[in-house]
Amino acid sequence: MPLSSSADAPAPARRQRWLSVLAKAPASRLTALWDGLGAVPAYTLLRRPETGLVMVKGRISGSGAPFAAGEMTATRAAVRLASGEVGIGYVGGRSARHAEIAAAIDALSQRSDWRDRLEAEIVAPLEAEADARRRTIAARAAATKVDFFTVAREAGS
Amino acid sequence: MYVAVKGGETAIAHSLDLLADKRRGDRGVAELTLEQIGQQLGLAVDRVMTEGSCYDRSLAALAIKQARGDLIEAIFLLRAYRTTLPRFGDSLPLDTGAMVAERRISSTFKDVPGGQVLGPTYDYTHRLLDFSLAADGERPAAPTAPADTNRTLPRVGDILEREGMLEPPPQGLQSDGASEDLTRQPLTLPASRPVRLQNLARGDEGFLLALGYSTQRGYGNNHPFVGEIRYGHVPVAFVPEELGFAIEIAEIDVTECEMVNQFAGSHDVPPQFTRGYGLAFGHSERKAMSMALVDRALRAEELSESATSPAQDEEFVLAHSDNVEASGFVQHLKLPHYVDFQSELVVVRALRAEVEARHRQAALDQAAE
Amino acid sequence: MTDLSTLGPGLADPSHDAQQLFRAILDATSHPGRIVSLPAAPAGPGTLSAAATAYLLTLADRDTPVWLAEPFDQPEVGNFLRFHAGALIVTQRAQAAFGVLAATTPSPFNDFDLGTDAYPDRSATLIVDVPGLTGGTMRRWRGPGIDDHTDIAVAGLADMFWHDWAANHGLFPCGVDIVFTAGIELCALPRSIAVEG
Repeated sequence: MPLSSSADAPAPARRQRWLSVLAKAPASRLTALWDGLGAVPAYTLLRRPETGLVMVKGRISGSGAPFAAGEMTATRAAVRLASGEVGIGYVGGRSARHAEIAAAIDALSQRSDWRDRLEAEIVAPLEAEADARRRTIAARAAATKVDFFTVAREAGS
Repeated sequence: MYVAVKGGETAIAHSLDLLADKRRGDRGVAELTLEQIGQQLGLAVDRVMTEGSCYDRSLAALAIKQARGDLIEAIFLLRAYRTTLPRFGDSLPLDTGAMVAERRISSTFKDVPGGQVLGPTYDYTHRLLDFSLAADGERPAAPTAPADTNRTLPRVGDILEREGMLEPPPQGLQSDGASEDLTRQPLTLPASRPVRLQNLARGDEGFLLALGYSTQRGYGNNHPFVGEIRYGHVPVAFVPEELGFAIEIAEIDVTECEMVNQFAGSHDVPPQFTRGYGLAFGHSERKAMSMALVDRALRAEELSESATSPAQDEEFVLAHSDNVEASGFVQHLKLPHYVDFQSELVVVRALRAEVEARHRQAALDQAAE
Repeated sequence: MTDLSTLGPGLADPSHDAQQLFRAILDATSHPGRIVSLPAAPAGPGTLSAAATAYLLTLADRDTPVWLAEPFDQPEVGNFLRFHAGALIVTQRAQAAFGVLAATTPSPFNDFDLGTDAYPDRSATLIVDVPGLTGGTMRRWRGPGIDDHTDIAVAGLADMFWHDWAANHGLFPCGVDIVFTAGIELCALPRSIAVEG
């Protein structure tokens, strides 16, 4: 989902991009970056991290009618800052910490005094790392691409 | 007659202890970690996630460890675990066209746009045991080549579809959340194609492989070609109600297979190719292919073909595809059937006594003559 | 998008609280007329009682649509149930698995799903939020789960309510079930119970 990469993008578009980056990051990496922020404003858990299931839908032949392909585990959390902002985190897998940190960053991102710092220290690095992972996968796959040799038939023979 | 059977508690407890001991094996050998299973037995993890119908690599690895490598038992464990979790909702349908592909091949077009990308496959191995793996051999990292990550691979199906040579897939229902789901409503027949595909996606690989094979051998033949197989990473998008917009919650690995099949055309439809579809979690190519073959076979009636073979029999296929159900019903035969069997013993003894009496009487009658 | 800035907290410890509440609700349902206290019940949204809130947080989810009667049909109640229980709020009684009613809601049983003879379990359950589970007119309850009879005096219900109940009871095995809630207390009235007086 290539969305506006600016921290100043309209709120839903920016939150959409941030939450997607946060969810797809490895939980351990996100935790390390979050811990690296040092002191952050306190928040209360509006919804404690809860693990559940999301039914993953596929499409017939990739582009037709949807069908239920199978479930995946997901964990969600919601936090509220003392200043009132509510943050939501939904992440694949079962890491409570992952969901809570995503929710806390989502809440803080709604405060102008935190937004740029979070973009610079968490979201942008995670996005760059995800991009690097994608490039590695593509480069390794590209090495297995078949080059067909065509043997030209000589005229008259 | 009702005979209460109680007892065996101690024996059962000790059996569980023995099972745990056997699972651990020789304490002199290092215990398997879930990371090792996830990394080095990845295709087993993929199968357990697919048929367990629950994408979670570490849970599947745990199930495999607990089941001592019995994958059907591991699938059962994963299915049982998922019942303890609440459902958050349905994802938006996956866009496999946007896949970051590790493998993409077509057997219908040599020069498919984007090329034939072999990826990691056993297809070109010689199936010779590699004894170097029995020793600890470090492997060099895989080679790389320049790649354009911004370009997605066009679907082979779309190319044929544009020419009118291939039927378009059914569009049908939008993803309104109220669409059919076997984990919510039990199977009813006749089943819609989405329900059939869900059933097949959860279905036993061996069962579907055998059925798919049977269609190739003539039991409902439909001349399949692999239009395309792709395996790679796709994002899963979900709309949390409290947000009101979609976010990507994860990237998952899936394998997709599109079979292109011959179809002569009918009264209403000009001759064109038809298709069968398979989708599985992880790298599960044999499963996705078998699923696509059986999906196509089950469309016999829709395409006015005579449905005379097992793979074309919806009730037969859908009712027997689930290995958790099948395993449960087969294995329940181990439960005490003492009373059932006693009653049958009584019946057989009575029948035998009757026959013996008849023979004795016949012998007496013969002697009297 | 749901406005969450004023949303109250749900269960303090969702899995354990829900288990305890489920046990208490099971106890109440299997002993009609028994008044069960729910200490773990969180403060409800709007005017919804703690017991009704706890009941819905325990049993409602995205597979059980909830219909709200007029005093509870407020954004804060809907948001709370959607967020904490994942429940769908519906506007038609016939679509609901749970109906949340006040003691004075007119035609309390009309249009709710009564189940069918083949699937009587598919009927709706009504949560009736009343001023108190005692202090009303004393009535005699009889039926499965009650040792001969028990006398209950649910407050705030008109005679017409009990007239309608008799008709509902007469539909057995179909018909709705009721849970009366007040404060942190709850008392169940399954369709199998006859109410006299």
